[in-house]
Amino acid sequence: MRQQLEGARAVAEAVRLCRPQVIAAYPITPQTHIIEHLAKMVADGDLIAEYVSVESEFAAASLVLGAVAGGARSFTASASQGLLLMTEVLYNIAGMRLPVVMVCANRAISSPINIFSDHQDSMSQRDTGWIQLYVESNQEAVDTLIQAYRIAERCELPVMVCMDGFFLTHTFEPVDMPDQAVVDQFLPTFQFARTLDPKHPMTLGGGSEPENYLEFRASQHVALLQAQEVIKTTDADYAEHFGRGYGGLIDPYRVDGADTVLLGLGSMMGAVKDVVDSLREQGQAVGALRLRCFRPFPVLDLVQQLAGVKRVVVLEKAFSAGASGIVAIELRAAFYDAGLSIPVAGFIAGLGGRDVTPAVIEAALHRAIATNTPIDSDFLDCQLDSVL
Amino acid sequence: MDKRDTFRPNVLTSGHRACSGCGEAMAARMVTDLIGPNAIYVNATGCLQVFTTHNQQSAWQAPWIHSVFANAAAVASGVEAALRARGDPTPVVVQAGDGGTFDIGLQCLSGMIERGHDVLFVCYDNEAYMNTGVQRSSSTPHGARTTTSPPGRLSQGKHHFKKDVLSIIAAHHMPYAATATVAYFPDLKAKVEKALSMQGLRFLQVLSPCPLGWDHEAALSVSVSRLAVETGLFPLVELEYGSVTGVMRLAQQRPVEDYLKVQGRFKHLFNSKEGAVEVRHLQALADRRIQHYGLLDTPTEWDTLRATQVQRHGRGGYPVMGEDTVQ
Repeated sequence: MRQQLEGARAVAEAVRLCRPQVIAAYPITPQTHIIEHLAKMVADGDLIAEYVSVESEFAAASLVLGAVAGGARSFTASASQGLLLMTEVLYNIAGMRLPVVMVCANRAISSPINIFSDHQDSMSQRDTGWIQLYVESNQEAVDTLIQAYRIAERCELPVMVCMDGFFLTHTFEPVDMPDQAVVDQFLPTFQFARTLDPKHPMTLGGGSEPENYLEFRASQHVALLQAQEVIKTTDADYAEHFGRGYGGLIDPYRVDGADTVLLGLGSMMGAVKDVVDSLREQGQAVGALRLRCFRPFPVLDLVQQLAGVKRVVVLEKAFSAGASGIVAIELRAAFYDAGLSIPVAGFIAGLGGRDVTPAVIEAALHRAIATNTPIDSDFLDCQLDSVL
Repeated sequence: MDKRDTFRPNVLTSGHRACSGCGEAMAARMVTDLIGPNAIYVNATGCLQVFTTHNQQSAWQAPWIHSVFANAAAVASGVEAALRARGDPTPVVVQAGDGGTFDIGLQCLSGMIERGHDVLFVCYDNEAYMNTGVQRSSSTPHGARTTTSPPGRLSQGKHHFKKDVLSIIAAHHMPYAATATVAYFPDLKAKVEKALSMQGLRFLQVLSPCPLGWDHEAALSVSVSRLAVETGLFPLVELEYGSVTGVMRLAQQRPVEDYLKVQGRFKHLFNSKEGAVEVRHLQALADRRIQHYGLLDTPTEWDTLRATQVQRHGRGGYPVMGEDTVQ
């Protein structure tokens, strides 16, 4: 049913449709509305689940770890500092191959403290071993959340659904909420093979030594690479059930015949697509590519999609201080390994909630086209003179 | 079939890698056998985790999970919530050392107690970070030598008092918090059984001598922990909803020197005038604990006659909704 919903409410409704049995909640802006809506659903009896208000995000991540090992589908959400506080446990969840699903309401990280949106929080967790899916709209947040449970449980890997704080979590958009009956069809009842059970006692999380630790870690990498296929088929199957799909790992927009493609993540891609439309009207061969799945990094799909273009502009809301834009680094590596010498112009924009306007996006495209050489991590719309 | 295999199905079975004389292995064996295999065990990082699950081997014959150092209580909260959601009454037990209880694990533990999860938390207290090679924790007693509280020209070992974690935990208005040690098995047994008969959060602090860290003969673990009780340094007590409901009284008080002198970690206290001052501090601390818990008071008719019977006149059990819990 099509409804006008705040992003946080929409994703909370999607969580309810997935029938989680345990929810761990700790508030942090801009994730708070999600857990508030869930608390109300539980209080009203609209969602039958153990709702546990924990004392920190570290405990929230630990609690869903225990709950999934205890045989219950679980949910938690966080952002920013909260996500950083979870880090130790996020690695542990992935290492134990537990199918945990969480939402990250993307927010800047401290210092200086800032509550507004960028991707530095989830990007900092890129090596934890979690699948990371970035969504563009509230509708996609709903659909991806439902897909995330199926991906997690099929692959025995944790999935983080990343939705931009405020831009999505606090914005009202029309959302078509899926029917419970169809969700139940799409998402089978939770079953976890390694559930803690006295009838089949198992030891989870024991020690490992140099002679096998490497194999454990390598198998995690292989599982993530193999998850690419599951993410694609899950999205395709979702489209069959609900009539909406998002291209699986990447979401190309007017890439056919484009010389220049702008690659980015999240909600700003709406504005990017508008810019592409207006430049196309002016006769410029530009296109856009949204990276929906950042981990695993879809090297093959990106190379296939971009092999014929003259240049790629990467616009990202995160960077590795002292190195470069994170996605730009990985894209350059993918091109190099594929023998492609496509110049990548890397731009960093929108940190701490700074609006990425069509004018900023256009400026990035024009500069990349004009210079036609690689650009390394240039900050857009940034008054650098004032801080140096 | 070899009959030895069926003789006693220990939860913590043989073949693990604890040091000889390990008080924690002894305590864990006692506690887990009393609880049995029909429980889910959550372990913090520490000696017990390391010596029982070395390199893809496991000494556990019950479902067992370890995540990281600080989060055992939160993981257990999640397991308990999952079981509750699934209508499964299997008990949940946490096992942690003093680091995982007093220090890095205290926040998760406090959260779990405040939320009233139905979990038994057992702290095997060996009074330092033994797994990493004997570093001081907030449980290390005043004056003790560890590698990070070494005695020296300007120092007599650890400068600070052992944290009174039992009082902190009991202050959460929770059903049951008690101390025990490997030297008094009938007392330990009574406390584990009592804890198992109750609902809500229950906490047991089991003093577990570490021959390596305390620097005593491996064969002395039981007698050293008995001396900790007899000197008043480690009172055996029970608290229910914050009130003391049981103590093991002392027939007579032994001087703290009897306990300190059998352990190398206190050896430096007997070499100097400054050390003698610290011994007097420790004696004062023991005196205060004896006074606080009334360990030398005249026994009442309710008092301990044998070690299996401890004085209890507090509120028993966990309040059940709709029932009068006043006894």
